[in-house]
Amino acid sequence: MKIQKHVYDVVIVGAGGAGLNAAQVASQHVKTAVISKVYPSRSHTISAQGGVSASLGNEEPDNWHWHMFDTVKGGDYLGDQDAAEYLTRNAPEMIRQLEHIGMPFNRTPEGKIAQRPFGGHTANYGEKPVRRACYVADRTGHAMLQTLFEKSVSQGIQFYNEFYALEIINTNGTVNGVVAFDMKDGSIHIFHAKAVILATGGSGRVFRTNANAHTNTGNGIAMALRAGFTWSDPEFFQFHPTGIYGHGNLITEAVRGEGGYLLNGEGERFMERYAPTIKDLAPRDIVSRCMQKEILEGRGAGPKKDHIKLRIDHIGAQAIMDKLPGIHELAMVFAGVDCTKEPIPVVPTAHYQNGGIAIDYRGHVITGSNGNYDNVVPGFYAAGECADTVHGANRLGTNSLLDLVIYGRTTGDLAAKYAKEHQLVDLPADAGKQGLALLERFTKANGKYTFRDIYEKMINTMQDNVGVFRTGENIKKAVKDLADCKEMLKDYKVVDQSTVYNLDLIEALELNDMVLVASIMAHCALLREESRGSHYRDDFTERDDVNGQKHTQAFLEADGSIRVDHRPVRTKPLTVDTFPPKPRVY
Amino acid sequence: MKKFTFEIFRYDPDKDSAPHYDTFEMEIDPETLLLTVLNKIKWEMDPTLAFRRSCREGVCGSDGMNVNGVNMLSCMTKAGDLGKSHIVIQPLPGMPVVRDLVVDVEDFMAKFIAVKPYIIRKSPTPDLEYYQSAADRKKLDGLYECILCGCCSSSCPSYWVDKDYLGPSAFMRAWRYLVDSRDEGADERLPVLNSRDGVWRCHTIYNCVKACPKELNPTDAIVSIRKMLMAKQY
Repeated sequence: MKIQKHVYDVVIVGAGGAGLNAAQVASQHVKTAVISKVYPSRSHTISAQGGVSASLGNEEPDNWHWHMFDTVKGGDYLGDQDAAEYLTRNAPEMIRQLEHIGMPFNRTPEGKIAQRPFGGHTANYGEKPVRRACYVADRTGHAMLQTLFEKSVSQGIQFYNEFYALEIINTNGTVNGVVAFDMKDGSIHIFHAKAVILATGGSGRVFRTNANAHTNTGNGIAMALRAGFTWSDPEFFQFHPTGIYGHGNLITEAVRGEGGYLLNGEGERFMERYAPTIKDLAPRDIVSRCMQKEILEGRGAGPKKDHIKLRIDHIGAQAIMDKLPGIHELAMVFAGVDCTKEPIPVVPTAHYQNGGIAIDYRGHVITGSNGNYDNVVPGFYAAGECADTVHGANRLGTNSLLDLVIYGRTTGDLAAKYAKEHQLVDLPADAGKQGLALLERFTKANGKYTFRDIYEKMINTMQDNVGVFRTGENIKKAVKDLADCKEMLKDYKVVDQSTVYNLDLIEALELNDMVLVASIMAHCALLREESRGSHYRDDFTERDDVNGQKHTQAFLEADGSIRVDHRPVRTKPLTVDTFPPKPRVY
Repeated sequence: MKKFTFEIFRYDPDKDSAPHYDTFEMEIDPETLLLTVLNKIKWEMDPTLAFRRSCREGVCGSDGMNVNGVNMLSCMTKAGDLGKSHIVIQPLPGMPVVRDLVVDVEDFMAKFIAVKPYIIRKSPTPDLEYYQSAADRKKLDGLYECILCGCCSSSCPSYWVDKDYLGPSAFMRAWRYLVDSRDEGADERLPVLNSRDGVWRCHTIYNCVKACPKELNPTDAIVSIRKMLMAKQY
């Protein structure tokens, strides 16, 4: 098979907010390429709705110390505090930069960037909700992604769109390339690079009810694991409180930021009971659990008492159409509800991978074990949802879009500098062998099972056993089901043999990664015997700060087995004092 | 539950000398979205069907297609809303077919890029954000929401006929930047819009307005650009 070779200074995998911001920064200095399995404007950043946080203080007093505290507390003290400082301190300047390149933020009457309240964001260390989320109606991600795409385009970056990445090339501990195939004609390409940035997003498609795009299948995580790198905190997966009942599509937290609230089947505004200070604007993990609890205790809404109602009509049709027009459309199409008149039926929906590839506070991928954790991998960076550092056990709403742009920019900058200071490392003779073997395995797969047989088993077991509430017994069931899925994948059948846009083959590769990713999530969920952030165990209901304030680190062994060890949380911020663990009440 | 017949355009350049149509019948709830139908066909009836999809909620713009003669997004359209039980699904017209419902959008994207869809600024950048009044920001509403799905341009007869015509999607994006109070790039953008392939080729057929799944109005943007060109006497 002929392999086409390309040489770049920096290669970025993924063209969402993180990948594009990295690309537009890196390309100002060095020769940069972006590989993406979808056109950049299709990336899932487009679906982000409610806002991007920064303590601009445009609407009321705010500062980054409060934002940092909220981020650490919101993450249930599992996030690295050096990263929390880096993220929140740089936020205001980053947001202004986005505004300068064209992001169409809503405005205050004074012509400044408008801000709205969001879950878990407070003034004065938890005193009351604060307006910190900068927004573009309820299409903030859409506006951000397109602005970054347009900025990238203006700089003439080389895009390899609809290229499916198969392997990250790890040459004796240095990352110096990526192997991919062109979905449009099946051709194989090796991208030889001085530095590689992974910005491949999340894996929410492993759950039955999720708010994620079809493309969020954990490919970047799986590639990094196969290349020998670390997935930190896989057991922490965020369930967003308000997914549309029956579909899972997201209804932004901005609905509650603009004055909406949740009602149980008895018409009670139940969050007042659980979080008396900030009520419906408690962080997502807490609100999701409270909703689920109401449903489990028989206070759900509807004939089956199996969902919750989200009310927003009281703010008035004009306010809804001005600030939440996208929500109005989604509720209409997916729930058949006119939210200017009646409440939206909602359930918690799998939304965000809190963990990811282990990085330091600036996005260098780190690896190691046995007490030696923080070894920077030369030439390798990760940014956005595929990386793990700042969000800990639960991400705050609007911190994701912030993470994308901050870590995109920083890794783009660092990778460009690295590329300027280093020579290309030669590729090993067998570069691409692993990725091509994977491709060949599924191209030739002629067994019994097809996509749906395995996919449904996986999403059902993840939803039913590794969801909002977990027990050891349930998780063990998921571990077993996923082991069955892995076996079934050995007897898989790809029917389509075309070299052109072979969706059957792409789904097979994605499914293979999803089963791996789900298996590791379940494996690590079983090992964490405490409740922290988005990981809640009915059999271990308390947070255990003695044994639990540490990152899980998952590795994939050569024989396909999972190895797990731990890494301390970096509790020392860059310049300020540590926030020690406190009970997480709101 | 209701019985539907889906007639779907098929073409695989690896094995087909010409396109053909395959027919799939199924009993479904009329509320079923067309993307769900396509997934069902793919997962239960014919794994070789190729189509694009991603966000499945009408914002990523991947799944524009032609359904019973009209361009729309499969993820936001319910089978029962089409008023017919026989539904013909084709790739977006006026764009080269890659395979089945997948079209080549390289040229469409290149045209979008040709109008310089980004802030062009000559004056110095302030430390804080640019001042933009709420009223000026409101001018961007109805423009920035475009999802680049291509439903408009590929419904336009002028776009079909003239391969160099920039098309309604590119014009709407150009106008989004031309009316942005922060932008100073009109002089760079207007010559492109005033060229042979620019706004004058629009015959105000309004297909683009009808096709837009986000209910935006590209023709209005085109007319506005024409007025600006006249005012500036290009």
